[in-house]
Amino acid sequence: MDKFTTLTGIAAPMPLVNIDTDMIIPKQFLKTIKRSGLGVNLFDEMRYDRNGNELPDFVLNQPAYRQAEIIVAGDNFGCGSSREHAPWALLDFGIRCVISTSFADIFFNNCFKNGILPVVLPPEAVDVLMEDARKGANARMTVDLENQTVTTSDGVSFAFEVDPFRKHCLLNGLDDIGLTMEKAPAIQTYETRMAQSRPWV
Amino acid sequence: MTTESARTLYDKIWDAHVVDRQDDGTCLLYIDRHLVHEVTSPQAFEGLRMTGRSVRAPERTIAVPDHNVPTTWDRENGIVNEESRIQVDALDKNAREFGVVYYPVNDIRQGIVHIVGPEQGWTLPGMTVVCGDSHTATHGAFGALAHGIGTSEVEHVLATQTLIQKKSRNMKVEVTGRLAPGVTAKDVVLAIIGHTGTAGGTGHVIEYCGEAIRGLSMEGRMTICNMAIEGGARAGLIAPDQTTFNYVKGRPHAPKGAQWEAAVAWWKTLFSDDGAHWDKVVTLRGEDIAPTVTWGTSPEDALPITATVPAPSDFSGGKVEAARRSLDYMGLTPGTPLTDIAIDAVFIGSCTNGRIEDLRAAAQILRGRTLAPGVRGMVVPGSGLVRAQAEEEGLDQVFKDAGFEWRLAGCSMCLGMNPDQLAPGERCAATSNRNFEGRQGYKGRTHLMSPAMAAAAGVAGHLVDVREVFGD
Repeated sequence: MDKFTTLTGIAAPMPLVNIDTDMIIPKQFLKTIKRSGLGVNLFDEMRYDRNGNELPDFVLNQPAYRQAEIIVAGDNFGCGSSREHAPWALLDFGIRCVISTSFADIFFNNCFKNGILPVVLPPEAVDVLMEDARKGANARMTVDLENQTVTTSDGVSFAFEVDPFRKHCLLNGLDDIGLTMEKAPAIQTYETRMAQSRPWV
Repeated sequence: MTTESARTLYDKIWDAHVVDRQDDGTCLLYIDRHLVHEVTSPQAFEGLRMTGRSVRAPERTIAVPDHNVPTTWDRENGIVNEESRIQVDALDKNAREFGVVYYPVNDIRQGIVHIVGPEQGWTLPGMTVVCGDSHTATHGAFGALAHGIGTSEVEHVLATQTLIQKKSRNMKVEVTGRLAPGVTAKDVVLAIIGHTGTAGGTGHVIEYCGEAIRGLSMEGRMTICNMAIEGGARAGLIAPDQTTFNYVKGRPHAPKGAQWEAAVAWWKTLFSDDGAHWDKVVTLRGEDIAPTVTWGTSPEDALPITATVPAPSDFSGGKVEAARRSLDYMGLTPGTPLTDIAIDAVFIGSCTNGRIEDLRAAAQILRGRTLAPGVRGMVVPGSGLVRAQAEEEGLDQVFKDAGFEWRLAGCSMCLGMNPDQLAPGERCAATSNRNFEGRQGYKGRTHLMSPAMAAAAGVAGHLVDVREVFGD
């Protein structure tokens, strides 16, 4: 997993609420047995017509946002299916940070496993960032994980909360399976104890 | 009054599975059952291969293909779609290579993973159950802590049989009193989501309780917990009771003999103590719940069948634009009575409503009746065993006589990863769980409802109040 430290980039505004993972990556692209190559189909049914032509109104098709690395989104981003293909598609497109008032739990988790930072901020802050994102390609937003701040193109900063363990893993690009493997003795002890107390499991 | 030592059901199951706790509260949680399907697992098994890791507890890992499998009767000839076939073949190879429990496509026990787990007795009260699938919440009906995970976490569980977790908050959803005739578990859960919204349960584990919940069968309880995720909660729980024990007893992987007695003794301690702390409480009156349908493209867009299509101006904030978009997508005009909405298709099945009781409820409506002209219908049993049971009861004939297609088990048109899809603009009365844009097929339009309501809509040719048209 790539580290996430500080990111300065273009932010795309997506104010729609309840953007679900079926919208982020429709089912027909879940048939892959790989993690890569999904970026071209990110938001597929919002982004292309039936013949695969780009829909010019969709934000990521507009010249200003084709290189976006941040999405400022409406409430409850990433609801629905657990598909990790959603963060894989975002990452493959080049998105490393999503900012919203709230995220669905599973999507939120999946982001951290893939080097994407989901930032939760109050509605007033997201409104300001949404306006900043609407300014287009010349307005670059900065997300600083170490200091836990998001700063608009004209210097307005908002502090955000992040779980310390997840922050540590993201800053250092750590594989958490490796970390858990170091706790194998504790897992073994638990299994031995459970074999006694709940043998039917 | 909250007391220090009083715990919720969620607290109790959580405490019983903590392997390790860090200072910041991050825990390593032991996983008793890991269910696996073909869509969210190939990258995880590949990860194990690349790092030379093995599956720590293959006997706790149960794999079954469900999302991609064709449901047509010729499926033993193989899967035509190449990508689907590769994905199902990958599961077959991975299951055999890593030695996990496996029900292949041609096994009578194959079916939707969330129907197979309980049916085979893999799911038991007090367990932790995960799967790379958001509808894992279903298993909470047994008083098991069950939730969906992503593929990275699937790999983590395969390798370590644990999950790194922080505890969620406790939410209680109480449904008091009794349900009116014609009102089912599906109506209850849609009414709950309509009330709390799709983000109402975010960050929480929901325990469903109250007389109306207590009175439900295990099938009904699974329908309720299945859609906990549609209300934003990763997990839903219902405390185990005699209904639960009766369902579990005698299943292939349920404990037997002295172990059964010991298990039941522990399961009987699994309830929320008086005085336990709740972060959020929602109460609904069972008597107030009507047969419920969705009109929009979010499960929270749920209304009693007696209502009319809302207008964007009925909402506030970001939901105004979302409602406008939904109405446009669904091709609906505000003010239209819901019962005036004509349908083209009926889908009965899915992990929400693909169990025997669901098929019985739909068949009861359809006996001696037929689909309205121009409406197509499909019944997809949740598992091979559900199908066999239904055929033994003659339900397949009822469906066929009514003009439905009778299919083999799988996820099917709930998400249309196999060929079972809606055509653009086609409108469906569906017993599944999501009405998202494109969910059942590109530009397909989904109205969620109970099996009885879907069957009744099929007969009428439009959404209909099952109580009025077919009431006794």
